[in-house]
Amino acid sequence: MTNHWVDIRNADVILVMGGNAAEAHPVGFRWVTEAKEHNNATLMVVDPRFTRTASVADYYAPIRTGTDITFLGGLIKYLIDNDRIQREYVLNYTDAALLVDEAFGFEDGLFDGYDESRRSYAKENWRYQTGADGFVLRDDTLRHPRCVFQLMRAHYDAYTPEMVSSICGTPVDRMLHVWEQMASTATEDRTLTILYALGWTQHSIGAQIIRTAGMVQLLLGNIGLPGGGVNALRGHSNIQGLTDLGLLSNQLPGYIAAPAATEQSLASFLDARRKMPTVADQVSYWQHMDAFFISLMKAWYGERAQADNDWCYGWLPKLTQPLYDVLDTFERMSRGEIYGYFCQGFNPLAAIPDKNKVSKALAKLKYLVSIDPLNTETAEFWRNAGEFNDVDPSEIQTEVFRLPANSFAEDEGSIVNSARWLQWHYVAADGPGESMPDTHIIGALFHRVRELYAREGGAFPDPILNLAWDYKQPERPEADEIAREFNGRALADIRDPNGVLVRRAGEQLSGFAELRDDGSTLSGCWVFAGAWTEQGNQMANRDNSDPYGNGQTLGWAWAWPANRRILYNRAAARPDGTPWAPRKALIWWNEAQSRWVGADVPDFPANSPPALGQMPFIMNPEGVGHLFAGQSMNDGPFPTHYEPFESPVPEGNLLFPRKEKVKNNPAARIFDADRAMLGDWQEFPHAATTYRLTEHFHYWTKHSHLNAVVQPEQFVEIGEALGNELGIRAGDWVKVSSRRGYIRAVAVVTKRIRAITVGGRIVHQVGIPIHWGFLGQARKGFLANTLTPSVGDANTQTPEYKSFLVKVEKDDADHGGER
Amino acid sequence: MSIRVTRRGFFKLGAAGVASSSMAMMGFAPEAAAASVRQFKLTHTRETRNICTYCSVGCGVLIYSRGDAAKNAHQQIIHIEGDPDHPVSRGALCPKGAGLLDYVKSPSRLRFPEVREPGTSEWKRISWDEALTRIARHIKTDRDANFVTTDEQGNTVNHWATTGFLAASASSNESGYLTHKVVRSLGMVAFDNQARV
Repeated sequence: MTNHWVDIRNADVILVMGGNAAEAHPVGFRWVTEAKEHNNATLMVVDPRFTRTASVADYYAPIRTGTDITFLGGLIKYLIDNDRIQREYVLNYTDAALLVDEAFGFEDGLFDGYDESRRSYAKENWRYQTGADGFVLRDDTLRHPRCVFQLMRAHYDAYTPEMVSSICGTPVDRMLHVWEQMASTATEDRTLTILYALGWTQHSIGAQIIRTAGMVQLLLGNIGLPGGGVNALRGHSNIQGLTDLGLLSNQLPGYIAAPAATEQSLASFLDARRKMPTVADQVSYWQHMDAFFISLMKAWYGERAQADNDWCYGWLPKLTQPLYDVLDTFERMSRGEIYGYFCQGFNPLAAIPDKNKVSKALAKLKYLVSIDPLNTETAEFWRNAGEFNDVDPSEIQTEVFRLPANSFAEDEGSIVNSARWLQWHYVAADGPGESMPDTHIIGALFHRVRELYAREGGAFPDPILNLAWDYKQPERPEADEIAREFNGRALADIRDPNGVLVRRAGEQLSGFAELRDDGSTLSGCWVFAGAWTEQGNQMANRDNSDPYGNGQTLGWAWAWPANRRILYNRAAARPDGTPWAPRKALIWWNEAQSRWVGADVPDFPANSPPALGQMPFIMNPEGVGHLFAGQSMNDGPFPTHYEPFESPVPEGNLLFPRKEKVKNNPAARIFDADRAMLGDWQEFPHAATTYRLTEHFHYWTKHSHLNAVVQPEQFVEIGEALGNELGIRAGDWVKVSSRRGYIRAVAVVTKRIRAITVGGRIVHQVGIPIHWGFLGQARKGFLANTLTPSVGDANTQTPEYKSFLVKVEKDDADHGGER
Repeated sequence: MSIRVTRRGFFKLGAAGVASSSMAMMGFAPEAAAASVRQFKLTHTRETRNICTYCSVGCGVLIYSRGDAAKNAHQQIIHIEGDPDHPVSRGALCPKGAGLLDYVKSPSRLRFPEVREPGTSEWKRISWDEALTRIARHIKTDRDANFVTTDEQGNTVNHWATTGFLAASASSNESGYLTHKVVRSLGMVAFDNQARV
């Protein structure tokens, strides 16, 4: 979230799209209710289903799954055509006026530089024009044909209400109503918040859907203000923390991209990541990359990391492909190229698309280790559970270990909520039996491996033998020791540019501004610097006071970065430093004190006067928000409509009809084996989407008695029209098939999920809740990922769980035994 | 006579051993109260602050357990409820969070390290020592056999791509950071967490 849960109460208009917060985040959703009740806010829901959130909304508009870019792209056109943009914000705080390279172009659904054989773009022309001084050129009239504003206008020119309606299936009047409400926040005293979740991420165009939302919010001037922002409602309790800590193949802690094989020298690695200002005087905070990275190397390799050995840069593994994501890993596993796999609190048999593929892949492993508080389907993938898991254990030669981990209640440490708050929790009891905290399991396992390498030698032992490991008990690193390490400390006295001592050797750092690039500081995750300072554990803070009465409780827990609660909050003030409107005041320039003050920690140099002209988007080299994404996205600088890989539209992409190449995202990777498993609309005519229920959390709560009681049995949701067509009544059994497999479940026939008209044709939609499996307290059911296709987003490889094709049939088989 | 008694004040009254007379003051019929005086469930429990393990709202929870945490006197969790001081959740929990106690106490909780040997169809209990020894040996054998020093272009890559790791999205930052430090230093690249899906 750019903003946070409580701040939703400051919104005037709330759009929930690509999520169902009332169902999936019910307690966070209370702040939506609060905004409606006490801020006269309007809640609108755009969703394929009339969801629980829609049921309490002021307005609902249906949409076909996977067409959100089109809906929001149409809105961009609407805002421009009707001059409903926050002009002063757009001109000063976005790149609208910046000029783009003459060679950049877009034609017939493709940007320039496309290589069909590699399904990727060269990207070299996706950049701004620069002048002789090296800075970006601009045209403040916004009339220059190469300025971002004009290119954006041209890009969305075809997204007329009629075109959008024919693609999305949203009636024109409903669409215009939603657009008008959103446009009402282009004024200085109103804000719109956008709340989304996996309904936006789990598409082959997912990252670009979210970018489109960011563009809309920049045009409306809603980023950085109370009640504004683009707010990801993340799925799991610490998925934000694991993202911040970079537990992804292509990331290091603190959003530092992991080194590629082509980056053989430390200099080349740092040069590619150190971002110097491209507009005069801008902050461009990534210019401090050297300090972030070298402090990380000091945290990992301690005394061994020195300037003369490039801080042990050579010890880091280098990537020979952009990502080693789970789709790639399971593809390689299915080809027998992976021998071992660790699943720590993760159930890939249920979580990775195409369960049958995943099952066959796991059977090719030599060893599998599940570290989990619970038994999981993955740990028991070899067990025959009849139709739910039809395998023969005697044929599966994988050696499987199952290690008992403690649950949250038996564990100490911090987790990061969606609002970037690091909240500390304490041990309430020992875990059952011989279970241990994850930190001890990993610590003990690493210690054993290290002993083996010390005793026997082996392949490249240096990073193993020299990993900094000064925990008091090497097999049992404790949470406080680790938290102090990721915060960081001074290894020598730290002085500011004037020679004034700011931190003594051995002291905890107070924030990332104290990081140095000369090896005199260590910090395992620079964005977390400030979490455990000389004043102690800031994450355990419990002062819930709200001195400005606008929901910014700075004394509760600790938010990264630097305890800021609303990102880019400099944008909550005009260029001259005064709030846009009194009711939207957050931080402002205090001339007498010569600094930024207010209800939040300024996301800005605290003493930078407005007259200096530094702009709010301090992580971007231009200081402004990006309507034009430059080279940061794999599938183009402007989001574009492409159909899901399994699309119910015979004509393909209605924006570019009969152009097979751009029917789906041309930059999305798909393996040949997975492409062969895609179904077409003739055989599988129904558009399906997966979703979650308020009584359940993923595949965990089916192990919890209470949740199993209140929502015991698997079902699928179909509309009345489809029910009538197929002779299916509520409570009947249905078989739902995709090209990859089938599930059987009870049908819930509702008015909530309706047929939709796309390109003049009726398309039925099907909802598939995900929470059942062959283990647990609830009734046995099928893993829903049996149905879903193995293809991911072009940038993130997040699987396309939200848009695929199935066939629904009435199932007359006898299910008495299983029920 | 009626007085305003907060829930917490109510517990204090109970904890102080005030029986029938106070009960009457609070509007309870003295006869019924006197006939069924019993311990309040949370009396003598220990209160521990925690955060719900499910979604990313991060609601505050209070966990109540019995036992004094002395050596050999294990705490037993008997109740979990919302933390009323928490600025987001203000004491509320959703249907998922309301079942937290049953998650902690689930029959599916793992209690001991176990192994399923190749081709068999049951679990076998093993010691932590055996589990860690065997897994560490798997790691070393695979890593030594398949560690890649240079790629086809001659670049130094120092990576190990034949064992993968999926990290837990509900464990702590401390667990996540330590896991990252170890996994990356082993040279593993097939490394992901739930954020990918």
